Amino acid sequence: MREALKDEVILRAEQVTKLFPGTVALDRVDFNVYRGKVNVLVGENGAGKSTLTKILAGVETPTRGALYLEGEEVRIRSFQDAEVHGIGMIHQELNLFPNLNVAENIFVARERTLAGFHIDHNEQVSQAKSLLQRLQADVDPRGLVGDLRIGQQQIVEIAKALALDTRILIMDEPTSALSTAEVEVLFNIIEDLKANGVSIIYISHRLEELVRIGDYISVLRDGKLVESAPMDEIDVPWIVAQMVGEAADRKVDHVSYSTGEEALRVEELRLPRVGGGYAVDHVSFTLNKGEILGVYGLMGAGRSELFECLMGLHKNSKGKVVLDGIDVTEGTVGEHIRKGLALIPEDRQREGLVQVLSVSNNMTLASLWKFVRGFHIMGDKVKEAVRTMIEDLAIKVAGPNVLIGSLSGGNQQKVVIGKALFTGPKVLLMDEPTRGIDVGAKSEVFEIMNGLAGRGLSILFVTSELKEIMAISDRIIVMSNGRITGEFTREDATEEDLVIASAVGHKPAEHASQ
Amino acid sequence: MNMAAAPEAPAKSKGQMKLGMLLLKLRTFIALILVVAYFSIMAPNFLSMANMVIMIKHVAIYAILAIGMTFVIITGGIDLSVGSIVGLAGMVAGGLIYNGLYLPMFGVTVYFHLPMIILITLGVGALCGAVSGFLITKFKVAPFIATLGMLYIARGAALLLSDGKTFPNLVGKEEFGNMGFPWLGSGAMLGIPVSIWILIGLGALAAYVAGKTPLGRHIYSVGGNERAALLSGVRVNRVKMIVYMFSGFCSAIAGLIIASQLEASHPATGEMFELTAIAAAVLGGTSLAGGRGSIGGTIIGAFVIGVLGDGMVMMGVSSFWQMVIKGVVIVAAVVVDQFQRNLQSRAALQDD
Repeated sequence: MREALKDEVILRAEQVTKLFPGTVALDRVDFNVYRGKVNVLVGENGAGKSTLTKILAGVETPTRGALYLEGEEVRIRSFQDAEVHGIGMIHQELNLFPNLNVAENIFVARERTLAGFHIDHNEQVSQAKSLLQRLQADVDPRGLVGDLRIGQQQIVEIAKALALDTRILIMDEPTSALSTAEVEVLFNIIEDLKANGVSIIYISHRLEELVRIGDYISVLRDGKLVESAPMDEIDVPWIVAQMVGEAADRKVDHVSYSTGEEALRVEELRLPRVGGGYAVDHVSFTLNKGEILGVYGLMGAGRSELFECLMGLHKNSKGKVVLDGIDVTEGTVGEHIRKGLALIPEDRQREGLVQVLSVSNNMTLASLWKFVRGFHIMGDKVKEAVRTMIEDLAIKVAGPNVLIGSLSGGNQQKVVIGKALFTGPKVLLMDEPTRGIDVGAKSEVFEIMNGLAGRGLSILFVTSELKEIMAISDRIIVMSNGRITGEFTREDATEEDLVIASAVGHKPAEHASQ
Repeated sequence: MNMAAAPEAPAKSKGQMKLGMLLLKLRTFIALILVVAYFSIMAPNFLSMANMVIMIKHVAIYAILAIGMTFVIITGGIDLSVGSIVGLAGMVAGGLIYNGLYLPMFGVTVYFHLPMIILITLGVGALCGAVSGFLITKFKVAPFIATLGMLYIARGAALLLSDGKTFPNLVGKEEFGNMGFPWLGSGAMLGIPVSIWILIGLGALAAYVAGKTPLGRHIYSVGGNERAALLSGVRVNRVKMIVYMFSGFCSAIAGLIIASQLEASHPATGEMFELTAIAAAVLGGTSLAGGRGSIGGTIIGAFVIGVLGDGMVMMGVSSFWQMVIKGVVIVAAVVVDQFQRNLQSRAALQDD
């Protein structure tokens, strides 16, 4: 069949390079999109998948390189350009308006109007209804998007892209929030779209899924295209091997500083989710002194929520948390910090840093009580401490008083780490500490983590990058759907086991019952 | 920048840029000097000592309000109630001096000593701020709405206290031991009016808090990134509560000074003062988006507005034109501020 209908390339990216301040997100990548096929993109987080798709969809422009559509060079400078060329994208982070209803969301910025200005709500609703029926989704087109659960919102996002009549549809992790039943529906739709000649670019971390629906696969690693192949020539182990690369040396140079003495004990921690169920579902574990405990899981597995509960951010969480023999279940964030818990949040920009403040002021924000006599901040003491910390963490910065925004991502992250260390923590909670920083800075962060563990600090850290978690953890727990679905020692852990455990619990029945 | 590769030209342009940046940073101060210079030439008597003192006394009231406002705006909020609290504070103090406090259950009227009256008035101001702060932190009412409500409530309360009438002749009575109130507005120490001393004291205190105390740092961090502040253990709600209370407190001080200067309190005093205070803060470089601003800048901003107003009056500019000109100055200040920030981020990129 394939030989008979020679597959043709509809869209081609040639030698595409994208530079961000401090990082090379894409390095001379060639990528082919075949007409009427599912073109799969895989790679670990930060490998450049999202950047590549954003370039194709006009969200980002490439620093160098060219795009060819139907053999002709095109410039896709904006989302509108992409739309003109028939390229649509379903974003990983949902771009919906919770305050508008489903139909209004589907037709936002291309409203169906009478005489050019009067919105024809009935027409929009009926079109939305037929789109949603095609998606076999039981969603009321007049309902507010904010009232839908995440999986349903994802369906609306897909409907929005379908409404565009796209020739090329980019799906960035479309199944991350879907139940198994919903995934089946999505796959049927993908088949349907293929039959109609729509080309699909598909990104997912769920490898079995990729093998099932993909026609072609391209693997990215550290911003480079590693390998491309037709899907029927390869299998899951091949994908993992390509993603991980030279993995042989990953377990060397690791010294465990774990003492076996308990630092943190969490018992039956649970956080109710809006709309039923638990975001953190009866989680129990212990963390030893000097231990680095990795928490692996997919997006939305409840890892960040777990950290927020530990820091005392959710007043409605239940369970018991014991730090160094002291009950720290109750209390404000400030009290938790003083008792020896420190959080390095997932989103540096939104949660970790105050952009308008200097490096020094950011670094000392959580620990000002240590630099105070009466009401007075002792400037000299601060200056000295910040200088030492900048040296210790090897932060590249012109001086302690420059604005935080002028630093590269890796150095900003080190400032956030410095901020946490200033509080004198016993247990450090690191949520995706290497997100969005370059390879060099990543390994520096790992060195810092190892050094801290060597000094007896316990580290609980979250990442969705397999290689990272395998490289640095003494022990690994896997979360899925708010629950712990696997626990591995460093020696036992294999990447396959982790991936399998992270997909546990995505059963249709659970979602249907909500 | 790579100085070795391109030694001459970039160094020069960079030097120029630095000078330009410095001028931009000092823009409010330069504007003040220009305004003063202009009026000194155009309006005779402008530079006379007597006029200066009168002008600074005007400015002091706006500056005191603007100091409280600056903290609120730095946290990302706004306080629309300051003008009304000025009026209410004047009426509270005036009422306590003129009528005393009538306690119906005992059938007696209590006259307080002056320091007590001042304390009560300041307390009322802070309480008004506390109510706004409570609504904002506990009920998540938008600051604009909460303080808009307080604007009406405080003004209404001021009118209720006297049924809309003025409390005249607030000199106190010997037998009640509440003499001396006019000293606040008309007195002087070391030849400098008391109200200016108050501005100096309050300004120094506020600048110290902003720059050198944990509270100040927390105020900036709440406005810069509330979520990051929360995760750093900053008690965000408490910080917000404090800034609204302080703003109410500053308003009460201004109300006391005005009532004392006039030796009378009128319930309509202070209408639209909130807008002047906001304008002063913005002129001084405070960002309405939160996180940025300084007490020094705000005080200079208050001087620009005050001097501009008084100077135009002396020159006989029509009050209608005065409004137009003030409006233009405020908008221009924000435009220049935006320009400076763009330039700054570009310079930061170049340095990289």
